[in-house]
Amino acid sequence: MRVRGWVRPLLVALALALAASACGDSGGGSGGGGGGGGQVTGLEILVGTAPGGGFDQTARVAAKAMEDANLARNVQVQNLAGAGGTIALQKLVNSKGNGDLIQQMGLGVVGSVYTNKSEATLEQTTPLARLTEEPEIVVVSKDSPYQSFDQLLTAWKADPGKVSVGGGSSPGGPDHLAPMLMAQTVGIDPKQVNFVSFDGGGELLAAVLGNQVGFGVTGVGETKDQIESGEIRALAVTSAEPVEGLDVKTLKEQGVDLEFTNWRGWVAPPDLQGGDKEALIELATKMHDSQEWKDALTQNGWTDAFITGDEFGTFITSENQRVGDVLSELGLA
Amino acid sequence: MEALSDLLNGFATALTPTNLAWAALGVILGTAVGVLPGIGPAMTVALLLPVTYGLEPTAAFIMFAGIFYGGMFGGSTTSILLNTPGESSSVITAIEGNLMARNGRASQALATAAIGSFVAGLIGTMLLVLLAPAIVDLAVGISAADYFAIMMLAFIAVTAVLGSSRIRGFASLAIGLTLGLIGIDLATGQQRLTFGIPQLADGIDIVVVAVGIFAIGEALWVAAHLRRRPADIIPTGRAFMSREDYRRSWRPWLRGTALGFPFGALPAGGAEIPTFLSYVTEKRLSRHKDEFGRGAIEGVAGPEASNNASAAGTLVPMLTLGLPTNATAAVMLAAFTGYGIQPGPLLFEREGDLVWALIASLFIGNTLLLVLNLPLAPLWARLLRTPRPYLYAGILFFASVGAYAVNASTIDLVILLVIGLLGFAMRRYGLPVVPAIIAVILGPRAEQQLRRALQLSNGEISGLWSSPLAKLIYLIIAVVLLWPLISRFVLRGRHPLAEAAAGAGVPLEAEPPPADDDRVPEERP
Repeated sequence: MRVRGWVRPLLVALALALAASACGDSGGGSGGGGGGGGQVTGLEILVGTAPGGGFDQTARVAAKAMEDANLARNVQVQNLAGAGGTIALQKLVNSKGNGDLIQQMGLGVVGSVYTNKSEATLEQTTPLARLTEEPEIVVVSKDSPYQSFDQLLTAWKADPGKVSVGGGSSPGGPDHLAPMLMAQTVGIDPKQVNFVSFDGGGELLAAVLGNQVGFGVTGVGETKDQIESGEIRALAVTSAEPVEGLDVKTLKEQGVDLEFTNWRGWVAPPDLQGGDKEALIELATKMHDSQEWKDALTQNGWTDAFITGDEFGTFITSENQRVGDVLSELGLA
Repeated sequence: MEALSDLLNGFATALTPTNLAWAALGVILGTAVGVLPGIGPAMTVALLLPVTYGLEPTAAFIMFAGIFYGGMFGGSTTSILLNTPGESSSVITAIEGNLMARNGRASQALATAAIGSFVAGLIGTMLLVLLAPAIVDLAVGISAADYFAIMMLAFIAVTAVLGSSRIRGFASLAIGLTLGLIGIDLATGQQRLTFGIPQLADGIDIVVVAVGIFAIGEALWVAAHLRRRPADIIPTGRAFMSREDYRRSWRPWLRGTALGFPFGALPAGGAEIPTFLSYVTEKRLSRHKDEFGRGAIEGVAGPEASNNASAAGTLVPMLTLGLPTNATAAVMLAAFTGYGIQPGPLLFEREGDLVWALIASLFIGNTLLLVLNLPLAPLWARLLRTPRPYLYAGILFFASVGAYAVNASTIDLVILLVIGLLGFAMRRYGLPVVPAIIAVILGPRAEQQLRRALQLSNGEISGLWSSPLAKLIYLIIAVVLLWPLISRFVLRGRHPLAEAAAGAGVPLEAEPPPADDDRVPEERP
């Protein structure tokens, strides 16, 4: 048969590829079903964005840390991208009682639930743990007229339309929420804010470097090198405390009463049974205490922001409130 | 010249037999995963990245470079053979590439793609070595208004692919623009044409549109006619490129590289627009215009070179500024961080040795890709000897698996089928499919840049032409549009000038206007 002639190499290629990807997902782990000694097996981490993004990175690093620390075996990272993570959220909410599934989420998903008019909400999930946070930073080009945050604020208040704000996320994302909350705090109507959305931090930074936006708001991690080399000027960070290694004042220190960080954490499906919730929280806690995770935090420049269970649940509720308020003022919620 | 000696040092570090073996493994794995439909280079690299984690940095780079180039080439392979592009930058390749394949010239199409990718990768990486710092300063100065001007130029060029009936061409264009509107509006966050279906919120992926219109539409069309026509088998033809094929390919390779690299280096350039500009350029400049639409080798050589050159260009902002400007670059950035490299303005000073080893690895990966894949081209091509019903069943299967694989979502299958039916209907009523695809690529980008430009100028329309570059581009557009008048009244009867303009290296500004499309060839001596 002629058909068989090409079917075989094709199957071989497929098998090879699948083997490679399976091996990839488990972080090079030995695979196999039977785990012992208190190890968790068959955990699946759902990522609501495409490979390469912040959620994806966090999930993959966490999976590797759990495996290297012998806390879990065969952790699968599954990308289910779409609608800012709310497609994945819907799947999670639909998987009632599944104790082997968690979602890697964060502040971005809180906003997406509103902008995508998602039926699934974070209140329906079982909060497990907040893992990391990253402050946002206000930056301008080295050629910008604004030397200090005060100057920027004065100009912004005088004519919000004229001072454009660039952000690396779409409306509802962290880079959009931060300037909107800032505006609200200093008495500018968020509707007046001239927010320009760029495709990710990279494209935004290019616009800031080229002095094409009034100012940019983005994650601290993406800008450190540019600040160090003097290509861009940092005017404020949005965290409660100044960021280590950066000589930049916080918003609060400069008279703007706002704290804001882009956080990432884990939630599980609703209605977990028989101690599944406790087991997952314990897993998160053990991972957080492991040397492997600590090393990963340092290597990736992430700030530890560990809280668990109900405390995390309360936190999600308050974030939800604050995001919902500002987005409804903008007509997005 | 310091760059060159640094590069040689990089080769000294990178070139060992073991490392070459890793590179070969990377190329094979990358190609194998890359040919799976729906899995583009970004996904390929993300999936295979952990495989490299256990290696020391240089070996990891080399294998990584192999995976990267393998993944890129894998996407082109499915475009050409099965009409199912794996990524948006090989959508244009599918147009002529698949036609070539169906005329029994699949080997040549794959070969010109492979060699073109090699040439472009080689030149692109050289340019990266020599020009990176200079380009970066220029690239960040390009504003949204400039991008919009470039898009307008691209839209003018679209008329070249509208086909014989303008009305049908514009109708197809409108279908594409409408599909491009679907999703959440990035400027305001409002939903457009999503009909409350959450899966539509991010818009429809270009790949799904292309696979739906090309592959599904075609398969349905063939199925609809199968009973009335004998199920003939596609001929395999010669195995390798002839002298004539080389003669027709080398200029498109170089022109494609020249278009692709700068677009890759621009923060919002991307790999799609240069492939499309390259296609249009080759169509204009080819001596075999009649072959376009029936499988012209130039239409594969140019776009394939330009998407690879663009990939090399992407490394410019990434390595020198730490700016990932597309998904593949974002995955790579994550990878480099994993190897202990922090891309950014200080990278070359801080980690010079590693960076040069990486760049040398890119050369090696690129070379191995050619060495391994060129002999395989005739083997791949034999896939097409499958009898038509099985072949199209296979295409349908692979297209569906691909659409499903991206997000494991059944809605994507429904979307694919609906767009496939649209593609079938377009064929039934004689609408050309290429303008629709190009509009899906161009429309949303042009809109985004226009609105960005207007936002940045706070609503002042003059902001659109405030920069010198934008002014220059609009001037070119004006010349292109007014060319019929100019040529009629000023240059009447002076054929040599027109000939020189049409043969000039910079295609679009010298392009005869669309209205003269039919007349120009007759004017030639």
